[in-house]
Amino acid sequence: MSLYGVSSQLLEIIAALLLAPLLSGWVGQWRAWLQNKSAPSLLQPYRLLHKLFHKESVLAEHASPLFRGAPYIAFGCMTLACAIVPTLSTDLPLAPAADAIALVGLFALARVFISLAAMDIGTAFGTLGARREMLIGFLAEPALLMVLFSTSLISQSTSLTTMVQTLSQRDLAIYPGLAFAGVAFTMVSLAENARVPVDNPATHLELTMIHEALILEYSGRHLALLEWAASLKLFAYSCIGLALFFPWGIAAADAPLALLLALPVLVLKLAAGGVALALLETFSAKMRIFRVPEFLATAFLMAVIGLLVHILLGG
Amino acid sequence: MNALFSQFVNLLGALLLLLAFAMISQRRILSLIHLFTLQGITLVVATATVGVLTQQPHLYLSAAITFLLKVLLIPVLLHRVIDRLNVRWDVETLINIPTTMLIGILLVIFAFNLALPIAQLSSSIARGSLGIALACVLLSFLMMITRAKAVPQVIGFLSMENGLFFAATAATYGMPMVVELGIALDVLIGVLILGVFMFQIREQFDSLDIHHLEKLKEN
Repeated sequence: MSLYGVSSQLLEIIAALLLAPLLSGWVGQWRAWLQNKSAPSLLQPYRLLHKLFHKESVLAEHASPLFRGAPYIAFGCMTLACAIVPTLSTDLPLAPAADAIALVGLFALARVFISLAAMDIGTAFGTLGARREMLIGFLAEPALLMVLFSTSLISQSTSLTTMVQTLSQRDLAIYPGLAFAGVAFTMVSLAENARVPVDNPATHLELTMIHEALILEYSGRHLALLEWAASLKLFAYSCIGLALFFPWGIAAADAPLALLLALPVLVLKLAAGGVALALLETFSAKMRIFRVPEFLATAFLMAVIGLLVHILLGG
Repeated sequence: MNALFSQFVNLLGALLLLLAFAMISQRRILSLIHLFTLQGITLVVATATVGVLTQQPHLYLSAAITFLLKVLLIPVLLHRVIDRLNVRWDVETLINIPTTMLIGILLVIFAFNLALPIAQLSSSIARGSLGIALACVLLSFLMMITRAKAVPQVIGFLSMENGLFFAATAATYGMPMVVELGIALDVLIGVLILGVFMFQIREQFDSLDIHHLEKLKEN
């Protein structure tokens, strides 16, 4: 574990924590522009977090310690997820702790705790949200795993850093299997991050909501942590997508100076990705909840076909 | 450079497969036509790329014909047909869509397995694309089977021809010009005749459901 590794790891975590709300704000801004509305400020998510952290946190009378602990667990899971995804550098001391499969497990852990906490209070909305979240989760996870497998077939490893290193340092080659995996990954990340075809992040108190129903009972610093965790999740997913499908610009283990360039490149890539996400969200209409299994089954099949195509065409 | 080009052809083949899957999962006829147009564009690019790669100028010509027919003429015809029949939002399938897609993936596995030994014998640029083309043909066939209405069946038929055409260009650098011209004309005539059929079916039964055709006698 070199000094360079530790510093790049720290830089990555700090960048994730600071940039995640900015990414959410950026996507929100573009969504508003595309819908001909006047956009909220780019810094709006920070203001929201600031406001929530200074507010009193109100707890239900019958809330168990689980309810109080869940936001911290979710926040911790998402921070760790951002830490092991190679966003800036592939020399990460934390990365050997968790490979791609464990990363999916981390997301699942956060999901389970938030759902349990939503059911803990006993309100109808919380239970409804938790059930829907689990429905989406259990369909999205296999699809995400298949996407990660089809990329790990190329690099012969499930470690994220090795995957990214192989993908970024190969000769220029086109992998048709990756095209399928990319489509599948986009669909999964739309579903996992409560984005438009599956859930609308901008609704409150609507019967169709999923993510907002889960965190309806939270307030104050707990809500702030959950909001932050949600934007960290979006950040983590965007970074996984960028790292797997556009891996250029990530600093390698033996090039410390590339780290200086990696951050602006990452910001640029995230900005472009955010615009693409806002475009996707604007073009698509929210689907009925019973269409979601079909949507995610399509994602799963895409990922499987990606694997098959990769095996057929060879690496 | 050549390796990159042949990988590009493979990518386009994968794109064709992706579009075939999208067509299977699509409920709306209008989107189906858009997907078919996209498939045509992919095919044009693939044919032109194979033409560049193998320096066979007649492939440019067949790419141009494909462009005229499958990107411009047939989609326009189809648009006119669905406008006149007023069936833009038809949503019926015989088997539900997830099941169709599961069957589809089995077909893809079957096609890939079938094509693997052939691909190993072949020495043409994009060997793997034979399996992809076969899978496209089978998927379009599946679409023809699982749709109850006439217009999606016609689109399935046309996209099957797309798969065949891709197999021909990628695996054997295109058929002789006469054959290609003949097929292009056949497809065009086929679409025209099928269009007339669709109007006739509608006139007879007040619906485009081809199940009415199973009865031989009038009640």
